[in-house]
Amino acid sequence: MKPASFSYHRARSADEAVSLLAELGDDAKLLAGGQSLVAMMNFRLARPAALVDISRLAELRYVRAHDGGLRIGALALHRDLERLTDPGLLAGFGMLPQAARYIGHYAIRAAGTFGGSIAHADPAAEWCMAALLFDAQMVARGPGGERVIPVAGFFKGFLETGLRPDEMITEVRLPAPRPGAAICEFARRHGDFAIVAVAAAVDRDGGVCRDARVVLGGVAGTVDRAAGAEATLIGSSLDADVIAAAARQAAAGTDPPGDIHGSAEYRRHLIQVLAARAIGEAAGHA
Amino acid sequence: MTDAQSIRITVNGTEHELAVEPRRTLADVLRHDLAYTGTHVGCEHGICGACTVLVDGLPARSCLMFGVQADGRSVETVEALGTPDALGPLQQAFTDHHGLQCGFCTPGFLMLVTAFLRETPSPTDEEIREVVASNLCRCTGYQGILRAVRAAADAGAGS
Amino acid sequence: MPDLTGGPAVAAGAAPAVGAPPGTAPAGRWIGQPLRRAEDRYLLTGRGRFVGDLEPSGTLHLALVRSYVASAAIEAVDASAALSLPGVAAVITAADLAGVAPLRGVLDRPEFVATDMPILAADRVRHVGEPIAAVLAESAYLAEDAVELVEVTYGELPAVASAGEALAPGAAAVHEAAPGNVLVDFTPMPTPGLDGIFASAAHVVEAEVSSGRVTAAPMEGRVCLAAFDERTGQVVLQTSTQVPHTVRTAVALSLGMDEHQVRVISPDVGGGFGQKCVVAREEVLAAAIARLLRRTVKWVEDRREGLTAGFQAREQFYRLRGAFDADGRMLGLDADIRCDVGAYSCYPVTCGVEVLMAANELPGPYRVQSYRVRSRGIATNKTPIAPYRGVSRPQAVLAMERLMDEAGRATGLGAVGVRDRNLIDASEFPYRNVMGASYDAGTYRESLAQCAELLGYGDWPAVQARARAEGRLTGLGLACFVEPTAYGTASFGMRKMTIVPGYEQATVRMDPSGSVIVLAGTHSHGQGHATTYAQIVADALGIDPGRVRLRQGDTELVPHGWGTFASRSIVAGGGAVARASADLAGQLREIAAHLMEAAPADLELAGGMAQVRGDPATSVPIGELARTAHHAAHLLPDGLGRGLEATASFDPEGTFSNATHGAVVEVSPSTGGVRLARYVVVEDCGVMINPMIVDGQVAGGVAQGIGAALFEELCFDESGQPVSGSFVDYLVPTAADLPEFEIHHLCTPTPRTPTGSKGMGEGGSIGAPAAVLNAVNDALAQVGAHVERVPIRPADVMAAITAAASSDQSADRKEAK
Repeated sequence: MKPASFSYHRARSADEAVSLLAELGDDAKLLAGGQSLVAMMNFRLARPAALVDISRLAELRYVRAHDGGLRIGALALHRDLERLTDPGLLAGFGMLPQAARYIGHYAIRAAGTFGGSIAHADPAAEWCMAALLFDAQMVARGPGGERVIPVAGFFKGFLETGLRPDEMITEVRLPAPRPGAAICEFARRHGDFAIVAVAAAVDRDGGVCRDARVVLGGVAGTVDRAAGAEATLIGSSLDADVIAAAARQAAAGTDPPGDIHGSAEYRRHLIQVLAARAIGEAAGHA
Repeated sequence: MTDAQSIRITVNGTEHELAVEPRRTLADVLRHDLAYTGTHVGCEHGICGACTVLVDGLPARSCLMFGVQADGRSVETVEALGTPDALGPLQQAFTDHHGLQCGFCTPGFLMLVTAFLRETPSPTDEEIREVVASNLCRCTGYQGILRAVRAAADAGAGS
Repeated sequence: MPDLTGGPAVAAGAAPAVGAPPGTAPAGRWIGQPLRRAEDRYLLTGRGRFVGDLEPSGTLHLALVRSYVASAAIEAVDASAALSLPGVAAVITAADLAGVAPLRGVLDRPEFVATDMPILAADRVRHVGEPIAAVLAESAYLAEDAVELVEVTYGELPAVASAGEALAPGAAAVHEAAPGNVLVDFTPMPTPGLDGIFASAAHVVEAEVSSGRVTAAPMEGRVCLAAFDERTGQVVLQTSTQVPHTVRTAVALSLGMDEHQVRVISPDVGGGFGQKCVVAREEVLAAAIARLLRRTVKWVEDRREGLTAGFQAREQFYRLRGAFDADGRMLGLDADIRCDVGAYSCYPVTCGVEVLMAANELPGPYRVQSYRVRSRGIATNKTPIAPYRGVSRPQAVLAMERLMDEAGRATGLGAVGVRDRNLIDASEFPYRNVMGASYDAGTYRESLAQCAELLGYGDWPAVQARARAEGRLTGLGLACFVEPTAYGTASFGMRKMTIVPGYEQATVRMDPSGSVIVLAGTHSHGQGHATTYAQIVADALGIDPGRVRLRQGDTELVPHGWGTFASRSIVAGGGAVARASADLAGQLREIAAHLMEAAPADLELAGGMAQVRGDPATSVPIGELARTAHHAAHLLPDGLGRGLEATASFDPEGTFSNATHGAVVEVSPSTGGVRLARYVVVEDCGVMINPMIVDGQVAGGVAQGIGAALFEELCFDESGQPVSGSFVDYLVPTAADLPEFEIHHLCTPTPRTPTGSKGMGEGGSIGAPAAVLNAVNDALAQVGAHVERVPIRPADVMAAITAAASSDQSADRKEAK
């Protein structure tokens, strides 16, 4: 399990990284925390001809409040989000440290990055779910400058995003959040990618749900929204029956894969169970 | 094969300058280029944690990092924690509480816990269990490891 | 030349037991003390020496071209592109290994079909991962580059991916020699009266259980470094093995060399659990290539290889029927057992190892009066099996204990009642069971009673009902078993293997300073023999265990032995050490008697001194005796001194540890997830040489047993492709997946060993699958569901709950009509 050979280039700035990507061509890849990429390279499931190491771009490691939302530098570590304690940053974003604790383990969280996870686009990745949950905008820098990519449509398929090969994510912007959010997961073994994960966010005004997001992880080629469930929640009183109905809809609207850890039917069942929990918990925070 | 690149890395306080092929993992560089064979390789995909070392003070799977990435950085390995004649406090706790059997995974656990106790000198039992769950051991069922970490923390190994 | 140091010689007991003054055996005995392990200090400081750490300059790295189809004819192997890669020294195929014999594990019995396991596949592959060609290159990285360039042309053949398929009429034959794919068909006795017993029994209960394929997955995979020593013409193989001498035999046989031309060194080994007690073809291959190329060759199994091509285990199916009388006494047991043994037979124990053990040991700790069994080993196009901690016992116990729970329900005696009625009573030992095994002595009923008590079995229905009222599903499960350990040559001989292990030898040698080196044929790789053997020696010689070192793992240095597996070392190896120590103690007493002008029988060795019993004032330091024996032998009569050593052997007749395991689980009715709330072990392994090490062995075994019960499974698709080739899919449990284990001991010393100790290394893993499955089923019974297979995946639990609920509803609907 030794990787195929590649050339290695360490970028001293985001701009240099982008120009290196352009120069090295389509077989070049960015190396941030490397916690997924390098494992795939060791299996030779990924074999980039060149790696552009951006892991030292300290200017991209930050979590800042902005306009009621957050701006998260692409190289913020999982542990940076796990250890968020500033109430000013956490308001409405309590799901982020909660989600970070589901990501691998201590050593993984000390190396893996927020932006790297989103660019990797694993369908069970917590940060990809968070991006959908919080209506993220990805700031992508390419040879022609920066563009802001809305999360809708960003995740194209399994490990596939709307980023161009010569673009890098520099920042992820999360607008002002719905007040309540939560994530619930089920994995067979502690620290593993979830068999199914569900995140939910709700905004309620008095007794009425004004807005809701329900995001599913691990059940399709990409993280996905459960639109039917969201529609059921919006305008409702968020009582137990509504939550149960929304959870049923979240499950019904999916066609999850089956594997050695659970059949498609089991995954659908888990979606329903976890969706009810996540929505209930989010409603409790809202 | 691409050309070797020159790197300078500090291991346990000693600076080394060497040329490595970019694809060589930090684990292989430490073990075979620099002879720090106390760091072991158990899965090469980041799950087992046997290869855990500290890079600039934080735990890292040295199988998921290339040697070239350690250029200019400071690495700590198990060899720095003590010697057979003078065990460090965490090592002493591991022997006192039978925290190892075959000893293959042990260096990874020691490095993991070293970083953890530096950051969290007074952990709860739950925090200990969560962090010990980062790595795999096939011999001990973790019982002795958990007791050793508890004892080391109580003895102030992290402070 | 490679480093020829086989395992460091380390001294034990550097830190004595808590509260003991250094140099003094607490309570007069070192045996029984929880001494810190001698091995720890160097392992904890990164000073261990594992084979992978060795890389002499000039080493060629070996990587394997492995089959990626389960069954095929090899039509062509084209290595030209690989050979043109700079840094690639050679690509070896079967054609280059003419004269290297395949590994052939043989049981000399009519119901066994012998098959060859080729070192490299020549014209046929029978499982994914089977080695076809070996690439030798200057680095491990380059070797893998070259492997990708070797082109193999396969003519794909039908593959049988399961035992069921293999037995189906018209199934493709994995081996031509076994057209029906049955490699072992074992029916030890006809038991014609059994049908009558069943026909008239008050209760007949059934159990049908199965277990998924697992693997030992030691943290250090298999690894070896082979060199050719041109000075001596020897092949020197450093390898991560549990059985150095057996590897030497296999390599010598395969390479057509005398055994003295092969030296096998096994330094520190990062776990084995049985997987390394058989000979890997890669070990033979590395040796053959080192001889062929006159180069040092290193092979390091990576984890993908380990999980796909490394030996696997325990894919078994049991159908049991039990006949019980009205009082719940078992009258008869009828069993059909199938073991999916994969594509080849491992050397030397063969693919019959699981098949025979399952049949022979199924009756376990119970008084089974009449028994009939058919046990088959079925070839499939999957990776071969080998022993894994407990071999078939975790499954045999799983089946038997499932049956006992069913019997408890059918008879109304409950789980404890029916077991207690059938467990062999202390008054019956030695007990000869229905298979002819002679159980020494134990606490079968007592361990059950104590375990039940610790678990609060008496109050359990109320506790369970309260949890149910809160919406929680909890369950309590028990597993009783006996652990036959330390088979001697008599037991192994009955298997009819062509090489018969069982005895063990040890040399105990005192140096002129009065310190001792033990040379042993066993192989500690986590079991702490450097410590436990030192405790045995220290008591015999009256010296501090810190003055005793162990040397092992080098066929050139240590007496012929069978290594460490099957819970044999403290019995067989420790027995040989005890005997040799007693011999040496006699020599010391004679020397002392001569110097002190006393009778040897009046002397005792204690506290580092030889002294007249009851007169400590009259004493000579043992170090002085040692010095005299070596450096002043002229003072001694002929026949005394001139060195101080003794070699002894021990061939055990078998010891039988016993235990009851108990688990309390909580099953999530919404996810099917199983959480272990408690895990209790009450075990009896006789005299514990070092209780700390015993507890460690139990705990490690229990963790592996729980892994097999809830997490671990090697899966294959219908074409025989492995689909769990990484630790992402093969789920070795973490600390967060296991509870704190509660381990308790009873002690019935066995009269069959010099120390009173019984073997116990496998017990932990034997009880856990059954205890956990029974606990889960106790929980599920509340909703009318059950599961009959391990690992118990949440998806299976959920499916069982859902099926029970819907059959409930349909029953309700029927009633409504």
